[in-house]
Amino acid sequence: MDVFANLLLGLQTALAPLNLLYCFVGVLLGTAIGVLPGLGPLATIAMLLPVTFGLPPEAAMIMLAGIYYGAQYGGSTTAILVNLPGESSSVVTVLDGHQMARKGEAGRALAVAAMASFFAGTAATLVIALFAPPLTTLALQFGPAEYFSLMVLGLIGSIVLSHGSLLHALGIVLIGLLLGFVGIDVTSGTGRFTFGFLDLNDGIGFVTLAMGVFGIGEIIANLEKEESRKAIMKSLIGLMPTREDVRRTVGPILRGTALGSILGILPGGGAMLASFGAYALEKKVSKHPHEFGHGAVEGVAAPEAANNAGAQTSFIPMLTLGIPSNAVMALMVGAMTIQGIQPGPAVMTEQPALFWGLIASMWVGNLMLLVLNLPLIGLWVRMISIPYHLLFPIIVVFCAIGVFSLNNSTFDIFFMAIFGLFGYVLKKLGAEPTPMLLAFILGPMMEEYLRRALLLAKGDPSVLVTRPISALLLGLAAALLVVVILPAISRTRRVAFQEDA
Amino acid sequence: MNAVRSPKDFWLGILYLLFGSVALWVGRNYSWGSPGRMGPGYFPAIVGLLLLGFGAVSIGRSFLVTGEPVGSIAVKALVLILGSIAAFGFLIDRLGLIVAATILALGSAPASRHFALERRAVIGLIALVAFCALVFVKGLNVPMPLIGSWLQSLMPPWPGQ
Repeated sequence: MDVFANLLLGLQTALAPLNLLYCFVGVLLGTAIGVLPGLGPLATIAMLLPVTFGLPPEAAMIMLAGIYYGAQYGGSTTAILVNLPGESSSVVTVLDGHQMARKGEAGRALAVAAMASFFAGTAATLVIALFAPPLTTLALQFGPAEYFSLMVLGLIGSIVLSHGSLLHALGIVLIGLLLGFVGIDVTSGTGRFTFGFLDLNDGIGFVTLAMGVFGIGEIIANLEKEESRKAIMKSLIGLMPTREDVRRTVGPILRGTALGSILGILPGGGAMLASFGAYALEKKVSKHPHEFGHGAVEGVAAPEAANNAGAQTSFIPMLTLGIPSNAVMALMVGAMTIQGIQPGPAVMTEQPALFWGLIASMWVGNLMLLVLNLPLIGLWVRMISIPYHLLFPIIVVFCAIGVFSLNNSTFDIFFMAIFGLFGYVLKKLGAEPTPMLLAFILGPMMEEYLRRALLLAKGDPSVLVTRPISALLLGLAAALLVVVILPAISRTRRVAFQEDA
Repeated sequence: MNAVRSPKDFWLGILYLLFGSVALWVGRNYSWGSPGRMGPGYFPAIVGLLLLGFGAVSIGRSFLVTGEPVGSIAVKALVLILGSIAAFGFLIDRLGLIVAATILALGSAPASRHFALERRAVIGLIALVAFCALVFVKGLNVPMPLIGSWLQSLMPPWPGQ
């Protein structure tokens, strides 16, 4: 199969006027919510999911994807101008980006961030185009045992890569699995953990859970540490990076893109992890590490390249295997299901226009972002200055209407409130809820695949380790766990995350 | 006196025990089946047992390791926001979107210590409600009444209905 013929088909889809329009809406919206601290792509995509119901599948997926990578661009703007991450993945950009702004080099920092993001976006699009087809071919040979093992690996991966204690990451995953069991069991028809509520027969809605925990719960937690923000507006002139900047950032951008692309594919990975990793790497390889934290242009370029690359390559497992690698991808799976498309290896062959259109749209979207971002900087600055106390009631109202419109049920509104409380409790207790969301999605799938695998093997659990690919995946998962449990490594892991806090 | 040295571990442990025991208690009648034919109770029971184990470990750890305190709980924000959401859910069919969304926004807004009913906030509120009514109800056909059942009897009959 020719990659270029495929990309051409993709471009044709992505450049169709309707799709172009939704791509634009997606990246614009993504940048806007990326700029706004306290509103992330997860909550936004969750809110917009019901809206996509009436759209053709290509337009829907293109728009939602645009929100995710668009948010990576927007987050850096706030990071540089306000000393506050607009997006969790731009936490490290704050360190050097804001120092540059203080020195009157905000324009340069913004331009470098945009360039790095665009380069990474282009490269990541190619990575997806090159790696997705072979992975899909591999995935077609997967039986239930392999899928089960792959999901185990995915969950372990998300645990290992999440912040905080391993014990609680595992505990939270178990709670997520349990929440996933609520509803009628597909095989036996038994209603499980429904407590007699008919509305729970179809299970807890993923969007309800996500909006409760990440929308409402976040808001309540954010209100505890409300602060005023002042954007550094002066010296936005001089948006062109100097020749010196270009020379200094070529290496960091290339390394950031490469690292981000790899970390994005990993289960539990994605934009945030990529930016942390890239910053740490640059600090190590730099000839003048003392400049980091005091406005080193490399410290802006590398993480910005990495978070954009990571955001895009995290689509690979979702597109090829139908398995989400992070919570945003889990929502994308939900969006596909709403459109009546079963995510998995068959998408590439059965929906080539959607598959390649989505990939090509990422490049188109990145181009739009590059062109859009700098001229619109004045608009973003004005958005940043909207105080949170005016913003959060709007988000609450949108969440409530959004969650209702999925099933037209007021029951979901009450449930969202309950999960809001739950999300706040987890946050207060220092437990990262992202692995829970992943477990919630994967739980029922894992159960189903395990059931099928054991049925085929007549109840012999050794099937999981006698099939080579399955054994390899489980072995990887076990190795990951062992590596993290080893005390020496867990100490460095703690250090690595502390540095970013 | 205070034996719990890591309150966060302690409370998370309680949470695990809670979820684990609910899973086992509610799921006690779900059939187990056999490994070859896993019943609906098989997987949840395993997860429930693991949760009990994790809860015990976590609580045990809270006596041994010193950790951060939980910190203050934002009771006001919790009550206002969650209460307003619940009120919205209850009122949406009865009073309609216009009133319910206003109540939701006005009810949750005081959760911020910067809350003040100034001109900008009022304009924002009106714009928000108008936007929701036009985009969600008129544009996207979300089946919510603009004017709810309780209010409709008070209103003169709508032209054209």
